[in-house]
Amino acid sequence: MTTKTVQAELKVKEPTKAELQRVVTPEHMFFEAPRTKSFLTGSEVAREAVRRSNVDIAIAYPITPQSETMQQVGYLYAEGYLKDYYRGEEEYGVMSAIAGASRSGVRTLTATSGPGLMRGMEVIASWPGGRMPVVMLIMCRVVNAPLSIQPDNIELAYYMNTGGILFHAENHQDYFDFILKAFVIAEKCDVTLPVAVAVDGFFVTHAKGWVEMTPEDIKLPPRDCYHEAVPMMDNENPPARIARDAPVQKSNFISYHMHASWQQEVWAAQERSRRYIDRYMDGLIEVVNPDAEVFIVASGSACSQSREALRQSEELGIKIGLVKVRSLRPFPTRELREALRNAKRIVIPEYNYVGWLNREVRTALYGHVNAEIMDGPRVFGGVSMPTELIMEWLHQS
Amino acid sequence: MSLQTLNVAPGFMPYMPIAYKDLVEKGPYGRQIKASDIGNFKEVLEEHPMCSGCAMTLFIRLALMGLPTPEHTVILGTAGCGRLALTQASIPFIYGNYCDTNAVASGLKRGLEIRYPDQKKDVVVMAGDGGLADIGFAQVMHSWFRKEKFTTVMLDNEVYGNTGGQDSGMTPKGTILKMSPKGKKFEKTDMMGLAKTAGVAYIARLTATKPSRVLNTIRKAVMVAREVGPSFVQAYTSCNIEYAIPTPKVMIDAREVEADRYGFEEIMTDEARAYLDHIKREEKKA
Repeated sequence: MTTKTVQAELKVKEPTKAELQRVVTPEHMFFEAPRTKSFLTGSEVAREAVRRSNVDIAIAYPITPQSETMQQVGYLYAEGYLKDYYRGEEEYGVMSAIAGASRSGVRTLTATSGPGLMRGMEVIASWPGGRMPVVMLIMCRVVNAPLSIQPDNIELAYYMNTGGILFHAENHQDYFDFILKAFVIAEKCDVTLPVAVAVDGFFVTHAKGWVEMTPEDIKLPPRDCYHEAVPMMDNENPPARIARDAPVQKSNFISYHMHASWQQEVWAAQERSRRYIDRYMDGLIEVVNPDAEVFIVASGSACSQSREALRQSEELGIKIGLVKVRSLRPFPTRELREALRNAKRIVIPEYNYVGWLNREVRTALYGHVNAEIMDGPRVFGGVSMPTELIMEWLHQS
Repeated sequence: MSLQTLNVAPGFMPYMPIAYKDLVEKGPYGRQIKASDIGNFKEVLEEHPMCSGCAMTLFIRLALMGLPTPEHTVILGTAGCGRLALTQASIPFIYGNYCDTNAVASGLKRGLEIRYPDQKKDVVVMAGDGGLADIGFAQVMHSWFRKEKFTTVMLDNEVYGNTGGQDSGMTPKGTILKMSPKGKKFEKTDMMGLAKTAGVAYIARLTATKPSRVLNTIRKAVMVAREVGPSFVQAYTSCNIEYAIPTPKVMIDAREVEADRYGFEEIMTDEARAYLDHIKREEKKA
């Protein structure tokens, strides 16, 4: 009789890069971790930020100029960095599914552009009231009609009144940093609100730019859903009637006051996010040449064009100030009054027809600043913003 | 919910409301309720503001009894009459936006699967014919196409009852309602057929005429959604107000409609049937 020894082949699976990522504190990620300089498109920058954000689920519907980002987030899912991901049926379904995922307690990400934001708006406007710390990237483009896919940030005028937090990234570096910081700020217990990170489509999403990034083997801590403002819908609570008596169930003064106080609390939570924006993002605004008399106030890509106008003015021997608005919600009312208290003229370049930033700035400064607030310049529909245009508005007599 | 969460510290028990004590001592948790238990256990839904004689309320109460694990179930609804009762049940209820139920349920179920890999969490949509077959149609169909693992229960009263009696896609042809003044012009939407085409694993149509059948059907639908794929239950739950059915005749109407055009019907995939047979065998062994 012969005996045969069968040796089992022990196959040890090599851990993937995603599995080898280690969690670091937000402070380490933002301020201490070494950074390497890369030259990437905005969409690639978003992918790299998401890689380090410990996202559980991403859901999106393709739309130009967002598609490239969310398909790259899909690659991250295939590599194991996300636990779930799918292409939704359209934006109403996507924003609703993101709401469901967020209510289950996991970290969620979506992104959209122009018409997609408008389509999802009924749901998006309900996230703050549902106290869902969703992070949404908005790659701004024209809102139809006539149909166009070009850069224009009119859509932010609609989003700004939802109660959600809104940051506007100027360039690739902002985009990388703001996305990571958005998750941390959204999930703070005393905030618990959605955060949208907007960027001007094509100028940033499709163009390449320099970005200094943290190593890809570190990630943010996971969402800690039991340290938030509302209970999760996971049925891990005692059997209370969690959804009992929505105001729609009754028409009496108690229901009106209940809804009123709920709205007040959403906007109060937005105010409470200021301390975290100050801590993590170096404040709601950035001021260049604080002692100037003529100022530009801008957000997003308009800041980059404004910086060039500052440089050209300096060549002419004229010092121009710049206030870059990083956070549109909460709006930096106090900060603007302080920064612009000695301004004589304020120019507000924007990539939209209605001039939503102009209106916001006028509302903030009315009765506080004596400056002449210029009603422009503005471009829209895909038109670019030549520095000469900003220069004309700055230096006209 | 862990059943330990349900229990309060013994020292507090005397001070808890009777309704809560009853839930702890006589609730439906940790066991499968049968129709014969009615009256001998604490229901998760008792008080509600529904109309007198409402067939939908009866169906909802029975459906909640049919849930295999109410302590690990989350229910979603949308605008309509059903949510008036569902929000009063001691099961977490998501009252979302108009038409969003099946999209929200998709995200919720996926999130719960990530957070609880070892504990099945059942997600059940319970909404009206308007919410599911009209305004929520795209979300319903796409959740089925994606084979999302949750149950959709249609409370089909064949009318927009909560907004005061307008025709829905599920209203039978010819019915005169407040937005079909000359009678509805097209047929009732064939949601059963659409569910079959979409590959829903377990599909059932029924009325609330037999309590045990409601409990069993809901249980089967939830169990199939847990392990196999999406399930759909379409229930006739008449609106006695908008259809002017005298309150004492609501169940007579249900039996008549059942006999005429709403007979009990089950459609399931081979996989779903094999799984339900397996459950039956396991139960017999135990």
